[in-house]
Amino acid sequence: MTESSRRTFLSLAGKWAILGLGVAPALGGVLTGCETMEAVTRASTDLGVSTGVLDKEKADSITETVQETAKGFEDITPEQGYYIGRAVSANILRQYKPFNNTAANQYLNVLGQVLAQSSDLPETFRGYRFLILDSDDINALSAPEGFVFITRGMLRCCQHEDAAAAVLAHEIGHVQHKHGLQAIQKSRITSALTNLAIKSAKGLGSEKLTQLTETFENSILDISKTMINSGYARSFEVQADEAAVKMLKRVGYNPHGLEDMLEVMKKNLKPGGLDFAKTHPSPAWRIASIRPLLGDYPSKVAKPKARQDRFEKALGTV
Amino acid sequence: MPKPTVDTVVDKLKTGAAAASEMAAKRRMRSVQVQEGQVRAEPSFLSKITARLAYGDQVEVTGEQGAWSKITLPKSGAKGWIHTSALSKKEIELSAGATSAEQLASSNELALAGKGFNAEVEGEFKAKNKSLDYTWVDRMEKFQVTQEQMLAFLREGGLPASGGVK
Repeated sequence: MTESSRRTFLSLAGKWAILGLGVAPALGGVLTGCETMEAVTRASTDLGVSTGVLDKEKADSITETVQETAKGFEDITPEQGYYIGRAVSANILRQYKPFNNTAANQYLNVLGQVLAQSSDLPETFRGYRFLILDSDDINALSAPEGFVFITRGMLRCCQHEDAAAAVLAHEIGHVQHKHGLQAIQKSRITSALTNLAIKSAKGLGSEKLTQLTETFENSILDISKTMINSGYARSFEVQADEAAVKMLKRVGYNPHGLEDMLEVMKKNLKPGGLDFAKTHPSPAWRIASIRPLLGDYPSKVAKPKARQDRFEKALGTV
Repeated sequence: MPKPTVDTVVDKLKTGAAAASEMAAKRRMRSVQVQEGQVRAEPSFLSKITARLAYGDQVEVTGEQGAWSKITLPKSGAKGWIHTSALSKKEIELSAGATSAEQLASSNELALAGKGFNAEVEGEFKAKNKSLDYTWVDRMEKFQVTQEQMLAFLREGGLPASGGVK
């Protein structure tokens, strides 16, 4: 984050501003994490009873049903994930300004699209999109259903296309494994599904919408907190790196591109930074973890002229 | 189609799994779970697009090859391939005479179409969080990459895409 954007960010009022400060926010509303699934479900169905839509017996029945059917993030449809992804993206773009360079963004989108199609989740609700962020931070973020963001600082860790491909592929890996959605507290998902069960019986109108929106908002906070403050679990980063290596090989890139990028990142990262320095395992640790996956590929990444020329043309000024 | 009542929805939710296996139809139907499902001539993203499907459209799966499903479109009878990640995971079992309501209730996936976190919730969320700016999110979504651009990119970059983009 640049100095000026950090100032803007820190001056934001309200609970959104808590993000990035490393403070665990006390989220308002009825749906905090300490409540059990049952309690949350009960709260929603109580609403149905109080509004006269359900009698108690039916409400109990729905509560029971939801306990059976609501499982977790897997039950979030691509369509719902898409709206979550949009909101998480808007939140990312509150902290980082977009880098408004059409040629560079277009190059990144073609590269990203080719990689996404070779991933294990090529189809998302409206497809993958990639955007460069105007920041010296070394950061890359992805939101559910394929919104991917890469800072200029991160692109400067890439000396060739195979390395840039590795950065995008790592983020696609997070999308593919639905790591963002897994940061949402389970109780919220249960609550949302309970609302749906009631809605399909009879609409609850604005009260239901208010409640669903609150669940939505808290879900966005869950994801943003994890992604921006604490970072994902190491196991998720390993999964994303493994997915990246697979994508690179499938397209025809040298997976050592990831290693090359990590080597530069190792030099460029500033201790104490609020970017990958904070949210990711160290580059050295990641290199050691991916090495066994690289197989017989030559450790020196070849740079065919046409590939290197277009890379430098598109990202040379980044 | 009569509107589902609380009772029918509760019943269907409760018996959904049982009903689905009971119906155990001969035809394996699945729904398109992305906004636009692209049907291709061959099981590869490099292959020609022969049809476009809308969200929620149903297709019959007649075979599989890797991550691709061979499908038949119920209306036209046209055949083609679609990447399996574009289809809902749960199969929608159709039995002769099943009403749409029953199909909806027996499939969690399809029953959720358009519900839950949707455009309406996003509108409410934006109203509550006025400082959130979606301008660039919308702009991002307009970035388009054509199949021709991808093919040219692979060719020019000397990328065989032999193990992937398929």
